[in-house]
Amino acid sequence: MANVITDETIEYVGILAKLELSLEEKEQAKKDMASMLDYIDKLGELDTTGIEPMSHVFPVHNVFREDKITNGDDRENILQNAPEEKNGMFVVPSTF
Amino acid sequence: MSCLDLSAVELSASIKEGKTTVKEAVEAVFSRIEEREDSLNCYVTLDKEGALKSAEQIQKKIDAGELTGPLAGVPVAIKDNLCTEGLLTTCSSKILGNFVPTYSSEAVINLQKAGAVILGKTNMDEFAMGSTSETSAFGPTKNPWNTDHVPGGSSGGSAAAVAAGECFYALGSDTGGSIRQPAAYCGVVGMKPTYGTVSRYGLIAYGSSLDQIGPLSRNVSDCAAILEVISSHDKKDSTSVERDDTDFTSALVDDVKGMKIGIPRDYFKEGLDNEVRDKVLAAAKVLEEKGAIVEEFDLSLVEYAIPAYYTIAAAEASSNLERFDGVKYGFRAEDCEELHQMYKRSRSQGFGPEVKRRIMLGSFVLSSGYYDAYYLKALRVKALIKKAFDEAFAKYDVILAPCAPTTAPKLGASLSDPIKMYLSDIYTISVNLAGLPGISLPCGMDKNGLPIGLQLIGDCFKEKKLIQTAYSYEQARGAFPLAKEGK
Repeated sequence: MANVITDETIEYVGILAKLELSLEEKEQAKKDMASMLDYIDKLGELDTTGIEPMSHVFPVHNVFREDKITNGDDRENILQNAPEEKNGMFVVPSTF
Repeated sequence: MSCLDLSAVELSASIKEGKTTVKEAVEAVFSRIEEREDSLNCYVTLDKEGALKSAEQIQKKIDAGELTGPLAGVPVAIKDNLCTEGLLTTCSSKILGNFVPTYSSEAVINLQKAGAVILGKTNMDEFAMGSTSETSAFGPTKNPWNTDHVPGGSSGGSAAAVAAGECFYALGSDTGGSIRQPAAYCGVVGMKPTYGTVSRYGLIAYGSSLDQIGPLSRNVSDCAAILEVISSHDKKDSTSVERDDTDFTSALVDDVKGMKIGIPRDYFKEGLDNEVRDKVLAAAKVLEEKGAIVEEFDLSLVEYAIPAYYTIAAAEASSNLERFDGVKYGFRAEDCEELHQMYKRSRSQGFGPEVKRRIMLGSFVLSSGYYDAYYLKALRVKALIKKAFDEAFAKYDVILAPCAPTTAPKLGASLSDPIKMYLSDIYTISVNLAGLPGISLPCGMDKNGLPIGLQLIGDCFKEKKLIQTAYSYEQARGAFPLAKEGK
């Protein structure tokens, strides 16, 4: 069955993905996502009853380590990449 | 004979014997880069000054007998999604267009300890999302065999640089075939190791459960030597595996007697180009003549690998790429009045169309109401695919297959139809889902003079069987040329 992506869905996905799309991009995204989902729906042909979802191919266990600082103070270098900084801190636009 | 004709291991030996110097090698490779880079665009960033400086230091260490490894003094190109301290690392994206990491990835550090000279950073599909290297924000890389064609992707810059002699070897990353497929299109050797073999620390994540760093090289001997150097257990990557069998060069043995090789019938059906099929089957014949036991079998589930992969990779990508928000590094949109607007605008202006497409798909399949139907379903299919491989490896040492259904397509031919582009990874993608090692090496040319790649797939942790089989084939095939002429 062909998927149809509504304006509401694209709006919602835009919020989740933190993307601001132009009208043109939204129309394209609706088409692209519908055709990808049609393609992915092929997975529905397989009976996966009783199959556990596999997130890792090997058994993975929690990896613990001591909470010890191993890196030095790299503030100056890190701030070199900041789009905007002031007094050793990142500057962002107003938060409300 | 120019030092540019030497493989990585041969070059290092020649430096140690005093026949050439690290500086000469760096200068020779930069003159090749200057000759060809305008038409190929393999690199995003070149660092001639840094390379010449480190050449001097490495030469001293080699002369003093402190650096004795097989890669000492050899110039290397690094894919631009691997962080390099002090050297621009863009992921071929506008959003990281000005990002200079304060640390290097573990694989790069391992290479540097072994005496590698970093030439620069290679072009790629933006955030490794693409199969042609055309989604780069810095323009496409061209195939050095014919510049009307793509080099494959996403490690297209690395593969093209190796094939064109613009480096002696390169690092790439492989999430769904991104090392092996461009290696096939460019006529070089490319290997994706077992998941967890190479630390992902400092690799800018795309699909974390699938990503693996690996070598692109001129031959199998180089590939084994590089893999031996970059493999390491790393506490900074919790999925890194502790292995005591990483002496991969010990598997460079020309002998496949009794090696059980399976050919999956499902990989030779509709969609596979005739010339590719013939050359790959001819390679199987060569191995059979050398004493391998070659059989056909049914692998099953092949057509489900791509939809499962795109669900899982997009889901992981949507989560991994949340961090690019214009706050601490990278691109920030101008004139934003409030924080949330800045996030959205920076991301919307900073990411290209293919990246946005996958982030949106990933956000959707993880969203409430669709998570079970799409994401968990894909993980269940992944379990089935892994099981199919487990059954195959109960019978065979190695699976032999084409690497890609065709040779390199023309520029622009894949971009208009994403699903068509995704299909070029049909033979490589399930290897990532199952965490397996895979190697691609050239097995001939098509009638247009474009290389064809043979893929060998092994069970988890069985890289040595792959290397041994690939090396044996390579010995029978003879040396494969670099793409010197081009178009």
